[in-house]
Amino acid sequence: MSQFGTTLGYQRYKFDDLATLLAKASPLRSGDQLAGLAASNMQERVAAQLTLADLPLKTFLQQPVIPYESDEVTRLIIDSHDAKAFAAISHLTVGDFRNWLLQYQTDAATLAAIAPAVTPEMAAAVSKIMRVQDLILVASKCNVVTKFRNTIGLNGTLSTRLQPNHPTDDPAGVAASVLDGLLYGSGDAVIGINPATDNLQAVTGLMSMLDEIIQHYQIPTQSCVLTHVTTHIEAIGRGAPVDLVFQSIAGTEKANDGFGVNLAILDEAWDAVKGLNRGTLGNNCMYFETGQGSALSANAHFGVDQQTCEARAYAVARRYQPLLVNTVVGFIGPEYLYDGKQIIRAGLEDHFCGKLLGLPMGCDICYTNHAEADQDDMDMLLTQLAAAGANFIMGIPGSDDIMLNYQTTSFHDARYARQLLGLKAAPEFEQWLMKQKIADESGALTVTDQLPPAFSSQLTDVIGGD
Amino acid sequence: MSDKPAIVQHNPWQKLRRYTDARIALGRVGDSLPTQAHLEFQLAHAKARDAVHLPLDYELLQQQLSVFRLPILTLESQASDRACYLQRPDLGRLLSEQSLKAVADFSEGSKQGYDIAIVITEGLSSLAIDKNASPLLAQLLPALAARQLSIAPLCMVKQGRVAVADAIGESLQAKLVLILVGERPGLSSPDSMGVYLTYQPQVGTADSKRNCLSNIREGGLSSEDATTRLLYLIDQALSRAYTGVDLKDETEVEQHRLGQNFLLPSSN
Repeated sequence: MSQFGTTLGYQRYKFDDLATLLAKASPLRSGDQLAGLAASNMQERVAAQLTLADLPLKTFLQQPVIPYESDEVTRLIIDSHDAKAFAAISHLTVGDFRNWLLQYQTDAATLAAIAPAVTPEMAAAVSKIMRVQDLILVASKCNVVTKFRNTIGLNGTLSTRLQPNHPTDDPAGVAASVLDGLLYGSGDAVIGINPATDNLQAVTGLMSMLDEIIQHYQIPTQSCVLTHVTTHIEAIGRGAPVDLVFQSIAGTEKANDGFGVNLAILDEAWDAVKGLNRGTLGNNCMYFETGQGSALSANAHFGVDQQTCEARAYAVARRYQPLLVNTVVGFIGPEYLYDGKQIIRAGLEDHFCGKLLGLPMGCDICYTNHAEADQDDMDMLLTQLAAAGANFIMGIPGSDDIMLNYQTTSFHDARYARQLLGLKAAPEFEQWLMKQKIADESGALTVTDQLPPAFSSQLTDVIGGD
Repeated sequence: MSDKPAIVQHNPWQKLRRYTDARIALGRVGDSLPTQAHLEFQLAHAKARDAVHLPLDYELLQQQLSVFRLPILTLESQASDRACYLQRPDLGRLLSEQSLKAVADFSEGSKQGYDIAIVITEGLSSLAIDKNASPLLAQLLPALAARQLSIAPLCMVKQGRVAVADAIGESLQAKLVLILVGERPGLSSPDSMGVYLTYQPQVGTADSKRNCLSNIREGGLSSEDATTRLLYLIDQALSRAYTGVDLKDETEVEQHRLGQNFLLPSSN
């Protein structure tokens, strides 16, 4: 029984179900090959894309790729679908939808209006028949703004997460990277550290340390310690200064179970952190990370390709009005995204799908040393994502994460993108940089051979007189 | 080479490098990396990349291992080459048919089984095994012998993943299997070795049933400290008859603190 198919010349192509059709239409990546889901040759892939283009968007509401009964993410997608907003696009096929997204009239307001009508599978489907320039152009038209102690995602801005990781969470080691980042204008999205341990005492110690730094220097930003959501709940219970609750999430109930979370736990954490009311401008207080391949690596993909699974994770994120959603695109390794080409495309797909669903998407533009990728590949993805209007990227000293053993964008990289495209940090943070004499009105760095006043008085002892 | 200060803006917080290996205070030209910092990064990446693709000299390893006076088996996974190994972790976990037979043939000869089997594979860094496997075993094996534990032949597996040890341990009827494996190379640590311990290994053992020591390398966990911690885990595993998340490493390891958070007044 094959529901979907097309004929090219003398060759008939058949696709048994919607999940198979989506998988075969997906641009080549190693994770789908590993799962045995990828198209067997290039013509079969295009045949699937042609078939997909003729599919009405309504089909995705009628035929969930993972059954409604057995998966709470599917239930979330179906139950939260906005039928009223869907009226504007309900008559379209996937191919029409691509055309509709690209036309002049489809502007930021139009895209915001249909966001609650777009399901992850619709977004994934249309992305599979889009070129890189389409993914960039449409995403650049989306505008998703979030607020906590500053305003992230405004047009003309590119924010950064300052990621001061240290292999032993040593306070001086963390502080050194925080200082380096701040003096390079990094940290407006969040100062967010991956702790070396999940030990509650160590985690709350880091939370206090980051909070004290933010308070002492009156930095208009927020902190986050990227530990498990249940550890956050405990920390909040003990009165720790939690700005943002973090969690890694995936696109199926079983994959989330592998992360030790479900919607009920996330609901509980969201309630707890919202109640703290620590935001001054807004109360977007969740920070999620995702990445293609997480469902397959937990053997929880149910025959659904990794990019569609990834888009489904955004339905989970959307429920919690997060401040930041970060696709950690190249971290998982070459068995899921083999080389620079696959990583670049995946990063742009994730950013596009997230933005289309109305999420404040950023990207950890990254790779591991066993992937066929290098700094040139990251420069391409960085430039393209900055052009696409990504809300934020990572910032780390010299691209080298000495704790997680991978490479992501450096403080310098973010400055490159801002200089190239005339982008700024979040406005409140930009003001702070000027006030602290770190940068001038044009955004250029002004720190030369002396530390800025607020820092030099504090650091006399450790820096010493040269 | 060094960058001329007239062109490069150096950062006045270079002294903070004593607190971290992170690449802080790199200086800048405009907003960009100065030439020297840029090329230093390229060199570090080249080292890490070469570590991933450098084939391990198994003949040399065999010579190194021969000093331990144990039988040595040379085996291979089903990952036929490096590209296959990197893309198909499932194949790296399986022994080739020939290797399966070789292990089975050997265990035919010894019906009673062993306390411990030791497997060695290059994993993602041959450099890690080249530098760290023999020094670790030189300390570990005498300590195991002193405990009167029976040791299975040393098994070298070309292109193996951690779980490849399960089939070997099962076939050799080992109570506990250790696998020494080259870890994913970091930019500043291309030669880091990990050791995984699995009690009662069987094909299909969940990863949550293993214990792991990682970052064994010069400048990381020394082979002395690794041996101490491994012996603790081995003793515990054999007496409690399990490994995994329920077996916590409770050995005291000195945590050297580099300093306080200097960004705040010291009253904090």
